[in-house]
Amino acid sequence: MDELIFFINRVLISGTVLGSIYALGAIGITLIFGILRFAHFAHGDMMTMGAFVAFVLASALAAAGVVLPLPMGFVVLPVAMIITALLALGIDKGFYAPLRARGAKPVTLLIASIGVTLMMQGLLRLIFGSSTKSMYVAGESKDIFRIDMSWAGGTRPISITEPQVIMFVVTALIVVALHLFLTRSRLGKAMRAMADNAALAQVSGINTALVVRVTWVIAGSLACVAGTMLALDVALMPDLAFNIVLPIFAAAIVGGLGHAYGAIVGGFLIAFAETLAVFNWTAVLRPLNAILPEGMALPANLALVPTEYKLTVAFVILVVTLLVRPTGIFKGAST
Amino acid sequence: MALIELKHVVGGYGGAPILNGVNIAIEKSDIGVIVGPNGAGKSTTLKAIFGLLKVTGGTIEFGGENIANSLPDRLVPKGLSFVPQEKNVFTSMSVEENLEMGAFTRTDDFSGTMAWVYEMFPVLKEKRRQPAGELSGGQRQMVAMGRALMSKPSLLMLDEPSAGLSPRYVIEIFETIQRVNQEGVGILMVEQNARQALAFASKGFVLAQGQNRFTGTGQELIDDPEVAKSFLGG
Repeated sequence: MDELIFFINRVLISGTVLGSIYALGAIGITLIFGILRFAHFAHGDMMTMGAFVAFVLASALAAAGVVLPLPMGFVVLPVAMIITALLALGIDKGFYAPLRARGAKPVTLLIASIGVTLMMQGLLRLIFGSSTKSMYVAGESKDIFRIDMSWAGGTRPISITEPQVIMFVVTALIVVALHLFLTRSRLGKAMRAMADNAALAQVSGINTALVVRVTWVIAGSLACVAGTMLALDVALMPDLAFNIVLPIFAAAIVGGLGHAYGAIVGGFLIAFAETLAVFNWTAVLRPLNAILPEGMALPANLALVPTEYKLTVAFVILVVTLLVRPTGIFKGAST
Repeated sequence: MALIELKHVVGGYGGAPILNGVNIAIEKSDIGVIVGPNGAGKSTTLKAIFGLLKVTGGTIEFGGENIANSLPDRLVPKGLSFVPQEKNVFTSMSVEENLEMGAFTRTDDFSGTMAWVYEMFPVLKEKRRQPAGELSGGQRQMVAMGRALMSKPSLLMLDEPSAGLSPRYVIEIFETIQRVNQEGVGILMVEQNARQALAFASKGFVLAQGQNRFTGTGQELIDDPEVAKSFLGG
């Protein structure tokens, strides 16, 4: 029983946390690709920027002496999402829109987004310094819920932190809201129409400039949620999400570029694959030692790959997907 | 006053002009058919009306104003609709969602228009939850026309509606076009099946090298020996 509890704590919970973050980031990347047809490399830094926006707001609240039962980072999230969405619109207007107006190729936009990445990281370092910060600005404690498992014969509890619980709830709410938006609302359907066939969307009289703005608002606000969650789970630093932008891209591609549900599935798939690959299987298989013959025992560490190589797992999955099903799990745009 | 009137329209994609003075006038009661050899500027004329390429000379009057170089999101609410020849449905979206996209510019209740489209194409009502990409060529063409009709246009433009369809569907699509016209929608279409289309056209335009070569009623063009010889294959 303890082995199962260990597995839940180390794989199920941390995989879901990482999957939520990957999924929210990948949704933005996939939507931007679907509508604007370019790989938005600066998306990781948009997540970091969102986390810093939440950090500033949370610090301001804490400085004002506000004391709340929830982590401050979550409380300020709605406002931080709006601000990050506005910043995303500004970045588009300042850097990408002028290039689109000149008919720039997708690769030009990709390079421009790498420039935006460097610029944003530089700005964040300039303003906040390069040190690691805690999102728990008011010194809130990370409450840990321990679910006693003694009734099932476990000696250790299933433990999950309060921020993790809120993360699951927030991600679930966002996924449901996004689904309803894309399938029920006029603008959401117009977004799918434009991702499906931009020329026909234009011919139908769909206001494509409006759809582009809505895309940036959604991508920016979800990036803010993902970045803030990541900072709450780990810590806040200027290269926070830059380090995970590649697995997030892998998630979007594995799911099928341009396909929002694919991005969600891809995000969780990559996250669980990474978590399972670095999981020490000896912890679960230890009871086998009792039945193994004398002299044979499981090694102390039986992980598929060492933790340092966690990122490679994402790329192995990416390569396999592209070989077997080049358009991703859900048939996405291939170009 | 004509529903739409093109006066000496010149235009192209930036290089040498493809249209060198096209004149077309259509009434609300008309079915206008543009025929001509490949590269004559037939499709280009429709695209020029719809703001999809640059008009550098002449005027396009629709509803009493010059609409040359207006973009579709302005033209659709004015009553202009366009069915492109290829890629004219949203393949990943359901039939009903395709129709809804045609009504994007409308702010009023469009359920009556949707019922009208379903009444015209009963098979679409059956398949309304199915992705348009799974339908046959003929059914896709119906979705494309239905989508264009959802904005309640006064002029419907179709680019080769019969292209790639089996003879049975060609007849069905042509019959539907005449029915739409009888319900008060002006039609302007480009057709490869020239003789068949001119037979029911109230106005025919033969274009060659971006200019009008012959203009008349459909029957006049069919009966004209020179048109028949040069453009209708004898």
